[in-house]
Amino acid sequence: MSTPLERGVEMLKTQVDARVESYFSSCINCGVCAEACLFYTETGDPRYTPIYKTEPLRKVWQNEHTLWGRLSTGLGLSKPMTEKDLSDWEELVYDGCSMCSRCSMVCPVGIDIAYLIRKVKEGLAAAGFVPEGLQTASERALEFGSPMGLTAKSLRAATTALEKEYDIVIPIDVEGAEYLCTLSSSEVVLYSEYIAAISKIFSAAGLTWTLSSKYFEATNTGVQMGDSSLAAQLLERLVEAATELKIKTLISPECGHAYTTIRWDAPNILGRALPFKVVHIMELLEQLRTQGKLKTTCCFDEHLTYHDPCNISRRGGVLEQPRHLLNQVAPNFIEMHENKEMNWCCGGGGGVSSNERAEPLRLKVFNIKKRQLDELNVTTLVTACSNCRSMLEEGLEENDMDVSVVGITEIIADHLA
Amino acid sequence: MLEQLVDGILWDIALVVFFVGIAWRIVDVIRRPGRNDLAEPRSSGISAAIMANIHGFFPRREISPQIRIHVIAGYMFHLGLLMLLFFAAPHVKFIEEHITGFGWTVMPYWVFVLSAIISFAGLILLWIHRLLNPVSQLISKRGDHVASILVFVVMLTGCMALAESSTGLRLFHRFTVELLMIYFPFSALMHAIMFVPSRAYTGALFGRRGVKL
Repeated sequence: MSTPLERGVEMLKTQVDARVESYFSSCINCGVCAEACLFYTETGDPRYTPIYKTEPLRKVWQNEHTLWGRLSTGLGLSKPMTEKDLSDWEELVYDGCSMCSRCSMVCPVGIDIAYLIRKVKEGLAAAGFVPEGLQTASERALEFGSPMGLTAKSLRAATTALEKEYDIVIPIDVEGAEYLCTLSSSEVVLYSEYIAAISKIFSAAGLTWTLSSKYFEATNTGVQMGDSSLAAQLLERLVEAATELKIKTLISPECGHAYTTIRWDAPNILGRALPFKVVHIMELLEQLRTQGKLKTTCCFDEHLTYHDPCNISRRGGVLEQPRHLLNQVAPNFIEMHENKEMNWCCGGGGGVSSNERAEPLRLKVFNIKKRQLDELNVTTLVTACSNCRSMLEEGLEENDMDVSVVGITEIIADHLA
Repeated sequence: MLEQLVDGILWDIALVVFFVGIAWRIVDVIRRPGRNDLAEPRSSGISAAIMANIHGFFPRREISPQIRIHVIAGYMFHLGLLMLLFFAAPHVKFIEEHITGFGWTVMPYWVFVLSAIISFAGLILLWIHRLLNPVSQLISKRGDHVASILVFVVMLTGCMALAESSTGLRLFHRFTVELLMIYFPFSALMHAIMFVPSRAYTGALFGRRGVKL
């Protein structure tokens, strides 16, 4: 029976692939990545330097795959990994990194540091060094299919209430529908207006769509935690639910990591291409607009700006669609100084939002977003990710800022022609 | 005796270690497990990999002010070093006699001096930054300092040997070059080669998703 430390180290050893090898071989420890990380810029603490967060993996690579490392290990000169190392890095990686990938955009030798940090998480998760909040969320996801513990009954109760409130139809388990809409649990509990909005839009556009009571959750705590095996289990459930309903396209909701996970990571985690297309709701809305199926009226007159969710913009490639959509309905839309692939994170990605321990740090690093908003003097902040929305609302509240946060789909639904 | 050693067997050893070492490091990357990206791409990963290698030479404007020292000192050091390496008269003569069989125009003495000053200044600035900046202090490894010192010594002995007035100085320079060549494949100096696949991997990943690096 191996110890947690041994399991962690063994898992880290399996993470060394061609990319890891070339990344660590090219790293010159220049520290440029620090300047792109909100956890460093807003705290000034060098420990939050992105490449420093990869130390456990680098240590394994150094000891196992380099000449000097092998010599040192052979001569008993290298310091072995300890539980304290893993414990220290648990806090750095899970509390002090939102996996936003901004560091990956600026590295002079091209290291995708977020990729390395994701691999460090695999080692930490294997050793059991995972924050309690994230661990609990993943247990709920496994048991109920939702990190918030929602069930099919919860979904039906929420949709029934929405149907009455908005006089709309929300189809569930319709076999052969063209589109399967997935949701994040927070869209059922906190932002159910999103579900009402898609119903209105899809009805106006004449789409056939459905939710699945078998598995509606788009988020994936396995990815957030860094546990590929858990991630694969959750993805298999989603693929099974979509396949049973014989849908052609799966719609990823207003949730950043859900989109990256299903659209870009799922085929690689599962080891096979998905039997359906995956689109983000912004991509679909923009497609409907260009096809003339989504007609809007002017105007949302508030001064507003758009917060790019990292996993949708930088790591997802959905950059222009939300802007095209906003330009249809919001004449007073202005951009933040740093936007699109160089946006600043809300601070709550990568599972930080599920980690109560990280809350003080998360609210501190929100200062960067506060400064961005102060520069613009807007009254409304639009985004396309429910997790960002929740983090932004908390940050604004904490800083007594009079800015309202709205999901882009709702704005579009409110301005249907 | 010393001349025979440095110009002969030691040089041969350094050459073999340098090229075999680099080849071994490259093969070490290629042979590792790596999967094809199974997600349907938005655009070509290959062209993005190439573009990432080009764009990587230019810092993103969003963080340029914060990394001015890295960029300016980095370019000073590397460009100065490349000038010295490929256009200093003794180097061109050495390459012609021992490697290519042909030479090219060498730089005038004043350009040599200017390149050396720029390169030394860049290297020293980078090293001071590494020693004093809290981030660099924390993340720098012993190997980073060894590499900086070794390169500095090679450049210094090169300048001392420029006039070729003393066989001792020339041999000393060549000896330090041989040490550097032996150290190169097993050190952070490998970034001079490995940045290419590194940028390519990341460029391809983001490019397939429709994001320019």
